[in-house]
Amino acid sequence: MRKTKNPLSRTRQPLLPPAARSTDAHLLTAAAAKGRFALPCCTGCGRFAWPIPAVCPDCLSEMELRDVAADGHLIAATTAEVPADRYFRERAPWRVGFVQLGCGPQALVHLHPAAQPGDALRLTLMLDRAGQAVLHAGPQGGDMTTDPQWQHMTADPRGRQVLITDARHIAALSLAEALVKAGAVAIYAGVPEIWKPLPQRAALVSVPGLSLHPLDLTSDRSVADLARDIGGKVEILINTADLPRPGGLNGPAAQTDARAAMETVAFGLMRLARSFGPPMAARGADGPLGAVAWVNVLSVFARVHAPGLAGYAAAHAAALALSHALRAELAQGGVRLMTVLTGPTEDDWFQTFDLPKVTGKALGDAVLGGLQRGLEEVTVGDMARDLLQRLSENPKAVERAFAAGLM
Amino acid sequence: MTVLNALITALASKQVQIVDLTQTLTEDFPTIVLPPEFGQSAAVRIERISRYDAAGPAWYWNNLSFGEHTGTHFDAPAHWFTGRDIARGTTDTLPAEHMIAPACVVDCAVDCAADPDFLLTRRHLEAWEARHGRIPQGTWVLMRSDWSQRKGAAFAGLQEDGAHTPGPDAGAMRWLVEERGILGFGTETIGTDAGQGGEFTPPYPAHHYLHGAGRYGLQCLTNLHLLPATGAVLLAAPLKVLDGSGSPLRVLALVSGGDA
Amino acid sequence: MTQLRGYDGVVLAVPVTVPYVRHSTRPAQWWVGRALAGLAKGAGLSHRDFDGLSVASFSLAPDTTIGLTQHFGMSPRFLDFLPLGGVAGVVGLRRAARAVQAGDADVVACIAADTNTPQSFRQSLEQFSRFSQDAVYPYGSGGPNVSFALIAQAFMAATGLTRSDIAHLAIAQRANALRNPDALMKKPLSMADYMNARAIAPPIHLFDCVMPCAGAEAFLVMREATAKAQGLPFVRLTAAIERHNAYPSDPVMLRGGWARDVGTLWAMAGVAPGAVDLVQTYDDYPFISAMQFADLGLCTPAGLPEFLRSHDFTVTGDLPHNTSGGQLSVGQAGCAGGHLGLVEALRQLIGTAGDRQVTGARRALVSGFGMIAYDRGLGSGAVVLEAA
Repeated sequence: MRKTKNPLSRTRQPLLPPAARSTDAHLLTAAAAKGRFALPCCTGCGRFAWPIPAVCPDCLSEMELRDVAADGHLIAATTAEVPADRYFRERAPWRVGFVQLGCGPQALVHLHPAAQPGDALRLTLMLDRAGQAVLHAGPQGGDMTTDPQWQHMTADPRGRQVLITDARHIAALSLAEALVKAGAVAIYAGVPEIWKPLPQRAALVSVPGLSLHPLDLTSDRSVADLARDIGGKVEILINTADLPRPGGLNGPAAQTDARAAMETVAFGLMRLARSFGPPMAARGADGPLGAVAWVNVLSVFARVHAPGLAGYAAAHAAALALSHALRAELAQGGVRLMTVLTGPTEDDWFQTFDLPKVTGKALGDAVLGGLQRGLEEVTVGDMARDLLQRLSENPKAVERAFAAGLM
Repeated sequence: MTVLNALITALASKQVQIVDLTQTLTEDFPTIVLPPEFGQSAAVRIERISRYDAAGPAWYWNNLSFGEHTGTHFDAPAHWFTGRDIARGTTDTLPAEHMIAPACVVDCAVDCAADPDFLLTRRHLEAWEARHGRIPQGTWVLMRSDWSQRKGAAFAGLQEDGAHTPGPDAGAMRWLVEERGILGFGTETIGTDAGQGGEFTPPYPAHHYLHGAGRYGLQCLTNLHLLPATGAVLLAAPLKVLDGSGSPLRVLALVSGGDA
Repeated sequence: MTQLRGYDGVVLAVPVTVPYVRHSTRPAQWWVGRALAGLAKGAGLSHRDFDGLSVASFSLAPDTTIGLTQHFGMSPRFLDFLPLGGVAGVVGLRRAARAVQAGDADVVACIAADTNTPQSFRQSLEQFSRFSQDAVYPYGSGGPNVSFALIAQAFMAATGLTRSDIAHLAIAQRANALRNPDALMKKPLSMADYMNARAIAPPIHLFDCVMPCAGAEAFLVMREATAKAQGLPFVRLTAAIERHNAYPSDPVMLRGGWARDVGTLWAMAGVAPGAVDLVQTYDDYPFISAMQFADLGLCTPAGLPEFLRSHDFTVTGDLPHNTSGGQLSVGQAGCAGGHLGLVEALRQLIGTAGDRQVTGARRALVSGFGMIAYDRGLGSGAVVLEAA
């Protein structure tokens, strides 16, 4: 049962854990952002090292990140009763452990309260509240969500209030249902052009805790007005704004469609950021259930620019660029921005696209999973994963394959 | 005293009154909805530049953007394919003399309340003429439906099979244009045609016949219930935009003091 | 193995302690200057007559030793800068000893000095090392107290030591400190006080922790002939060892570098292990002092509980240990923690320890330790000093 905050109490300001890291250590940030357990490994002798060194301590060769089993056992444990840093001081005592990693080195970790010296552990490489990669350990087979220190670092919807910006998105209903099942206490669902029929209206309003609100992301006033009402209540914002209008540069309505897509997807995000960003960032430490995450559901074509989706890809690419500015702003309040890149969904507009498409349920589950694990980057669907893999290997090959109609 | 002086005096003494037939132009006012494969008209957007703030300390101003056919608006002949060859058929070229003209008001409010798909027919109009006299050449004919009392979804009237809002049938429009030589047709709904007008023969007969004959349309009017059946004078001057097909505008009616 | 050369002819003289204060508005440069003044006065020389300058400090930035030559109007032939924490004393002494032995310098001033402000502790933790920044500080920022708590837990499990065993060291040191007017801790410490103290990072509690403060420690290194010519009481350096990152394959620190070279130490000193009149260990935590007893051959690791229970570590006891009170009761003036033991041993061996003088003190063991850049103290060293 969520306890109402005393409206006369001061809101606790967000503090962040120590954020300084060496440049090499940011390799770990990239892995943690995606939920990958990967540790520094020598390209020459294959030895794992921790912390991440500039060169291998054994053979002095280059280091790289390598996926490895996330196991270890606990050597020693203690609690910091009087931390030197303000963030930890506010949350003291803070439990840490010294772990023998299965792959060789020893590491200091954030430790689950149930783990005792000698225990077999399951480790996670995850992002702390400052958005930096850290190690967490808990008992093998245990439930990490019972660790308040784990909860600090993830965006569990349990007990929280969520805004889904576009209830017309094909995943909106599945997402709302999944969030409520995971314990969200309120879902605010935005409806663009609420004077037009809403096909899923009956199903949406029957989701416990869900309310419909007019929200036109192409209107400054509409976004600002909703923020005036609920801006101080949104703890997780999931931006599902989209305007799928396939077509290349030269289709008859291509320019109008591209402009409309840009207004909805890119500038819509900017309006949301300006109206909802500051109140969310200010509530990053507002009690145990303060603001915690912003999710942008974008198309994988934001990064892989198919000529047959010219204006659409441009709008999503613009939104992706803007989201980096928003991530930096939200980070100051300890609010995580999660980018979800999805392949074409089962929306009518992608009817002629190749299978496999992403169902509303799959997208909803991916968003929920990303929040519960505190991820920053999520890719949904085999097609999206395949496209991004090819892009990272050789962008020119991807470009040429699209042009030849092979993709 | 000149006629114009007399008019000013009459206005001051309320012998002649001004009735504002215009809906406020807002961002969430419903607009015409076309099949999504076609280019869509932009919604009205009022974007603040500054309001006595850091973005502009001593002034308040906005950028406006809208499709030509949003809110209370005027349709010029060039708007429809049948009017594509009409000389002086765009908002910047159409004769200024047409911007002040008499208006007849046909009251269909009761029928429209009972049936959102109510169609105004030639027989209705002939019945109206029996009471109010022949519809003069060069007059506006305004269809009062009291639809302007509705808001949001009720105003738009959208359902699974399209829009359900009242309007004229093909026969009525052909007769008004060809047999009575009207200047234009005005409605309180989103379009001069009925919501289901796309199903008629020809499709969208108000647009088809009006603009094909170089005549005009007015839509999203309000306060028609304040006008007499005959005798009102309409001022309707669209924005003078290069090659314009129409525009939002202020529509005013002058009525005699006792008539409203 | 190369033949080890002894430190024949190398002596220490002029013990100087600039009394510690909890917080100081003076920079480290000032504290170095006070120590230098003390050395000059004690030696009956001008500080410009010192032709070697060795400085250990964490708070001298942006200066290092070379900047200080201009601060103090000196023109030395030998310079050393040692931001090495508690091992800086032994390391600095070994280098200065070789310099004077070879004639590269005649009189080396060895000084450790640090200032301390309310921000100092947190700031020094944030920037301690790259490994600490990446893999320690973000985990609860408990500082060395947390890092050593984890080592302590493992060490106590391995040796069978309990907190009440370790208490003996802290209690005896406090008794010694009550005879030291410059010690910052003034109240007696009982077993109940120690056991009931608040937890800092279990098993580390309040009286296991040093008090960071501002201060300076210093001494001179020269050839015996120089000391005699100046009429200065002196002490001989008879053995010295030094080892860093001694056991990289040990998963957790159960032994320090002393264990690797302990044989060499006592062979150089020419006496049996532990055949000394007093011991100054590096006591950032009393359990680390215990580790030094084992690693320097005074007992075995498994024998530690019995060893700690059965000896009297006060200045009047059978094994005088940290006779000025050690860092635990005097205070830790940054890098000066490692010089504290050397200066106190020098004082004891030339007979100027006043109220806390150990009767008949002829030979001392002094140990240094420090620099936990990640999960273990990297630096270790030890020396044996003999009265003239």
